[in-house]
Amino acid sequence: MSEDHDHHHHHDHSHLDDTALRVRSLETVLTEKGYIDPEALNRLIDTYENQVGPKNGAAVVARAWVDEEYRQWLLKDATAAIASLDFSGRQGEHMVVVENTPQEHNMVVCTLCSCYPWPVLGLPPSWYKSAPYRSRVVIDPSSVLAEFNVTLPEGTRITVWDSTAEVRYLVLPMRPAGTDQLSGAKLAELVTRDSMIGTGLPLSPAALGKDDSHKNRSSTNAPNSQP
Amino acid sequence: MNGVHDMGGLECFGPINPDANEPLFHDAWEKRVLAMTVCIGASGEWNLDQGRFTRESLPPVDYLSIGYYRIWLTALERLLIRRNLVSLAEMESGHSIDKAKSVKRVLRAEELDAVLRAGAPVDRPASSPAAFAEGDCVRIENQHKAGHTRLPSYIRGHVGIVHKIHGCHVFADDNALGTGENPQWLYNIKFKAQDLWGEARRQAAFVHVDCWEPYLSAAADA
Repeated sequence: MSEDHDHHHHHDHSHLDDTALRVRSLETVLTEKGYIDPEALNRLIDTYENQVGPKNGAAVVARAWVDEEYRQWLLKDATAAIASLDFSGRQGEHMVVVENTPQEHNMVVCTLCSCYPWPVLGLPPSWYKSAPYRSRVVIDPSSVLAEFNVTLPEGTRITVWDSTAEVRYLVLPMRPAGTDQLSGAKLAELVTRDSMIGTGLPLSPAALGKDDSHKNRSSTNAPNSQP
Repeated sequence: MNGVHDMGGLECFGPINPDANEPLFHDAWEKRVLAMTVCIGASGEWNLDQGRFTRESLPPVDYLSIGYYRIWLTALERLLIRRNLVSLAEMESGHSIDKAKSVKRVLRAEELDAVLRAGAPVDRPASSPAAFAEGDCVRIENQHKAGHTRLPSYIRGHVGIVHKIHGCHVFADDNALGTGENPQWLYNIKFKAQDLWGEARRQAAFVHVDCWEPYLSAAADA
């Protein structure tokens, strides 16, 4: 067994090195030929590593929770409503927001590849692009939710959205109970990436409180915004 | 082309195993592959749908096993060779040998933010009115195209309801052929889960799928 394991490990390791070399070679060729600007590559990576991510989507959701007019705009014309918060562009050109209710829970997938709303969620996690999720969520979404430790109230309908064209979907989760006193910024901290895909629910204010004890509190808007 | 990428409804792949602390990239080279693929897309040598078709045309065993960014890398290499942008000898040597082909555009760092922000919208003016209205009952054509399609097999032959009209969008199936955008009306179609998967699977109440008009025909009310 252990020999087998070692062999495997070794094989995987050299495989990785091969790929890294292959990628470096390709980038060198493309740069020498003038087809790419390596600095543009660096900038693109920085954009999706450090600037564009689920925080954007969380800001959209939190705004919809506190601003009824915005919520209605978001459900009617998500592309424009999201762009008004300065999130737009590649892989989010045509947005639709689907709203969770006590009766209905929404989940988003791309069964054919990996379509995902980049401007509001950033790049997709591995599981979203993986065969197990892509294949099973359309036929057995409750088993998928169970794997994500999500339990819905008895009788909740599950609706799955398969992103087969260039329309990208974002789930508007339900505002958790006990958050009436929270500011928009605090509400946004409750909005997880998975809650906007439909494989999760927003955090409870109690969880946020726990989180806060480890965080710099300087971003807190008001002292009385704590639950 | 019917392929393993069209996997909606399969249940043979095991657990999802989501990792809450997963890094955005698992290796530094993955970042370069993503960035190269996006940036060289600006060359205009192939479009989004041709890129997708190249990825889903990889050998099925590779598609299911080599990992996401290796699929991207392999497809990128194939497209570069096919468009005569890079030769096999150049790829193997890791250096430019032949004179570069002139491309429509090279994406510069200073243009990047604006290009990402603008994106590439695919809505187009309509040349004819939409054939279907919200609430219409439609049957999904039983099409098995040789080339690229965005019509997943699990809805073919089924009846659904037009939930929303998105507008007139570039038709992916034709765009992948490189013969033009041929914009078509795009609809969101709502299916009852038990119609797709049988009575035993009714807990998933509905499945919604975006479908272009050529995928649809009128159906009697369900």
